[in-house]
Amino acid sequence: MVKKIYFQLIFFSFFFIKEAFAAESGGMPQLNPEFWVSQVFWLILTFGIMYLVLSKLILPKISNNLESRKSQILENIEAAEKQRKDSDAKLKEYDEIISKSKLEANSIFNQAREKALKDIGAKREVLDKQIDNEITEAEKEIDALRKNAPDKINKIAIETSSELLQKLIGAEVNNSSISAIVDDLSKRNGDKYYGN
Amino acid sequence: MAANPMSQFDVYRIGPEIKVGAFDISFTNASLFMILSTVSILLIFNLGSKKNSILPNKIQLLAELSYTFVSKMISDTAGSKAKPYFAFIFSLFMFVLFCNMFGMIPYTFTVTSHIIVTFVLAAFIFIGVTVIGFIKHGFGYLKLFVPSGVPAVLLPLIVVIEIISYLSRPISLSVRLFANMMAGHTMMKVFGGFVISLGIVGGWLPLSFSVALTGLEILVAFLQAYVFAILTCIYLNDALNLHH
Repeated sequence: MVKKIYFQLIFFSFFFIKEAFAAESGGMPQLNPEFWVSQVFWLILTFGIMYLVLSKLILPKISNNLESRKSQILENIEAAEKQRKDSDAKLKEYDEIISKSKLEANSIFNQAREKALKDIGAKREVLDKQIDNEITEAEKEIDALRKNAPDKINKIAIETSSELLQKLIGAEVNNSSISAIVDDLSKRNGDKYYGN
Repeated sequence: MAANPMSQFDVYRIGPEIKVGAFDISFTNASLFMILSTVSILLIFNLGSKKNSILPNKIQLLAELSYTFVSKMISDTAGSKAKPYFAFIFSLFMFVLFCNMFGMIPYTFTVTSHIIVTFVLAAFIFIGVTVIGFIKHGFGYLKLFVPSGVPAVLLPLIVVIEIISYLSRPISLSVRLFANMMAGHTMMKVFGGFVISLGIVGGWLPLSFSVALTGLEILVAFLQAYVFAILTCIYLNDALNLHH
């Protein structure tokens, strides 16, 4: 649409030119062959030199620059990737070390605890034995004392009762008859005094 | 004289007349702008390729962006086989682009607004592409004119049409660029003339139009360079990868 208007305008402008400048020149200077050869010559010269310089010197340099940049960027990316992998591996190693040392610490702690428990157990056993021994000894002593106690008491009872009788009556009494009476009494009342 | 919209296309001699045999190869304003374009291209791309830093500076970025732009354009349209012709298409694109862009500066001369210049470029491309096609495929290249899947009855007609369209390639290629550049510049000149003739009262409308046209023309200048290069790639693609 724009183009159509465009060309119409051009067309009319030519019309206008012809009217106004009919005397000056014959229309389009482009169709005047006077300088055609010159234009072709200079075009080939300039374009040819430009093409040679561009193709031999400048464009290879630009393509080189682009290539080297591309490869450098790729290299950098690769290096970054490698470093990331390295750091990942190191992180894993570090984690392993931590978990390993944790396990070790745990086992050391457990060992120490077991040892302490064992020690305590052994000591306790020894002490228990000692205490048991002492208890049995004490019990034996008590038993012995208990066994001897009635005899002694009987003896004391016989002696005191003979002395009492002597003082009361003034006559000597036979020890054996008193002991018979005391034995008889103690056998009858023994349970009341000693329990068990 | 200056009011003539076509006077901007006049070619005139700068300096003495140089003659080689019967041919006049004098240095003209057209030659001047060809040299300006090529020198600025070489300057920019030389600066852009001098240093190779990982973070490119502006001029290096410009050079590398143009490089990748043209390289992508070629690989997209003509495939990887067109790689040896990269330098030529790159120079072609840059030459046409810079000539077009130089033409956008007021009081300059637009090299590509001359049919002879664009026609020489197009004819060179046409001949080159045809030669490449025959070298690559021998007489098999003529199969280009016989599309597959066409009924036998239509074949004579189609072949004639194909040959005509093939032969008209240099004309369409050159005329497209030349006509676009000439039309744009003529139009800008006409509107500029209107600004003067309508004066301070009515000149604002053509002036604003002229401003808009300048933007459009810069777009056209780029677009035509792109079209010129991409059509070259397409022709090259026909020669390199025979599809028919």
